[in-house]
Amino acid sequence: MKNVKSIFKREFLGYFATPVAFVFIVIFLLLSGAFTFQLGDLYERGQADLLPFFGWHPWLYLFLIPAVSMRLWAEERRQGTIELLMTLPVTIPQVVVGKFLAAWAFTGLALLLTFPTWLTVNYLGQPDNGAILAGYAGSFLLAGGFLSIGACISSITKNQVIAFVISVVVCLLFMLFDLPDVADVLSGWVPTVLIDAVANFSFQAHFQAISKGVIDVRDLVFFFSLITLFLFANGLILDAKKAD
Amino acid sequence: MSALLEIRSLSKAFGPLKAVSNVSFDVQKGEVLGFLGPNGAGKSTTMKMVTGFVTPTSGDVRVCGHDILQAPVEAKKRIGYLPEGAPAYPDMTPLSFLRFIGEIRGLDGPMLHDRIDEIVKTVHLEGVMHQPIETLSKGYKRRVGLAQAILHDPELLIMDEPTDGLDPNQKHEVRNLIRRMAAKKAIVLSTHILEEVEAVCTRAIIINRGTIVFDGTPTELEERAPESVTKNRLDWVFRTLTSDEADAPQPIAAPAHLQKVAKR
Repeated sequence: MKNVKSIFKREFLGYFATPVAFVFIVIFLLLSGAFTFQLGDLYERGQADLLPFFGWHPWLYLFLIPAVSMRLWAEERRQGTIELLMTLPVTIPQVVVGKFLAAWAFTGLALLLTFPTWLTVNYLGQPDNGAILAGYAGSFLLAGGFLSIGACISSITKNQVIAFVISVVVCLLFMLFDLPDVADVLSGWVPTVLIDAVANFSFQAHFQAISKGVIDVRDLVFFFSLITLFLFANGLILDAKKAD
Repeated sequence: MSALLEIRSLSKAFGPLKAVSNVSFDVQKGEVLGFLGPNGAGKSTTMKMVTGFVTPTSGDVRVCGHDILQAPVEAKKRIGYLPEGAPAYPDMTPLSFLRFIGEIRGLDGPMLHDRIDEIVKTVHLEGVMHQPIETLSKGYKRRVGLAQAILHDPELLIMDEPTDGLDPNQKHEVRNLIRRMAAKKAIVLSTHILEEVEAVCTRAIIINRGTIVFDGTPTELEERAPESVTKNRLDWVFRTLTSDEADAPQPIAAPAHLQKVAKR
């Protein structure tokens, strides 16, 4: 646990040692603001809630989260520091979890800084703040899901651009699983049960349920098992190819 | 007393290429072992296996009795390792970097603070402690790597080319540091500078194409050269041991008039 904390601290502060943190947070806030107020018609809808705000999060995360996760392992490989890290008295799960939590906390911080949007709707009307809180929780879980995928992919390569591109594509797949087009392609030669199963892996469905204020245990289980699965794979990849 | 480092029939194959084959040796406390060999002979691969970074194809490594594969954390606690090129996080300052390493090594609070102070004086990092590592010169970067390796006062110190890229003064300093630490530790260092072996090592192992071709003291190594070789005797032995059979340098008989001079 102490090791996880040390790794977490180093990694989290690492974001602020370079302009990465600043650029990420500013872009995230600008884009989420623009999407919510311009494209989401927050004012024109005449409803005091944050559905337009949360509705855009999956698309924002699709590009921004891989930008955070791409360096997690690829950078260690490129700098050679992975050799240092892996010869310290730490276990692979400790490093994987510490790094992931740091990245997750960082995106959580960016998310918290969107609070002026929340203040705005409270100023304009009486929103259901419970639902908004659920929305934030859902958005945070969604970010965690994307991050675990990105972390796992980052551990495959020492090239950050490759890590970024592959992560975007894989995350996009997870967002598209429940589209009717996917079902159309599969239908006819794949059993319905399987089509439903695939659709069930969609981020959108699980996220939208939570962001509307309905916290269902199944959605929580989905995100947590997805994160666990990808971090487990992350550890296996590292163990199998530490040195190359 | 059992050896601090025990290596038994260690082998590593990358596909069909045998990088290291059947290497065995022990290192005792107080020994400074110079690990020599041409580039690509398997020096780094062996060190990476000893420190648990590369998994061996077969064979065993035990550090103070702890198997590096069975009890990696226990073994790694007792090792200080300076990887080739002394990698460190470029965005961090030496101070934050050493604090991080210290915390992972189980030091904290005033103890960590005192220990960092001590090490900084030992390797002369004063004055650059608050500068990002990426802005430091090669010599300082190497010292940061060295500081990180000896921070927890390890029983076994492994250094991959610790003086590579340093200027003569810095090399001298590092060698002095190694001599000072030698009595309390087992030290393994790789190098391809032969004078370094004479300067600091109590024992030399030469590895070529993944196998050990010499294991003995630097004096024994030098004695392998025939008397006709008067200059760079270690170089001569090194080349003879590590060249391919076909183009191995034949002992060149000194010209007659010089032989007479030598005999007088």
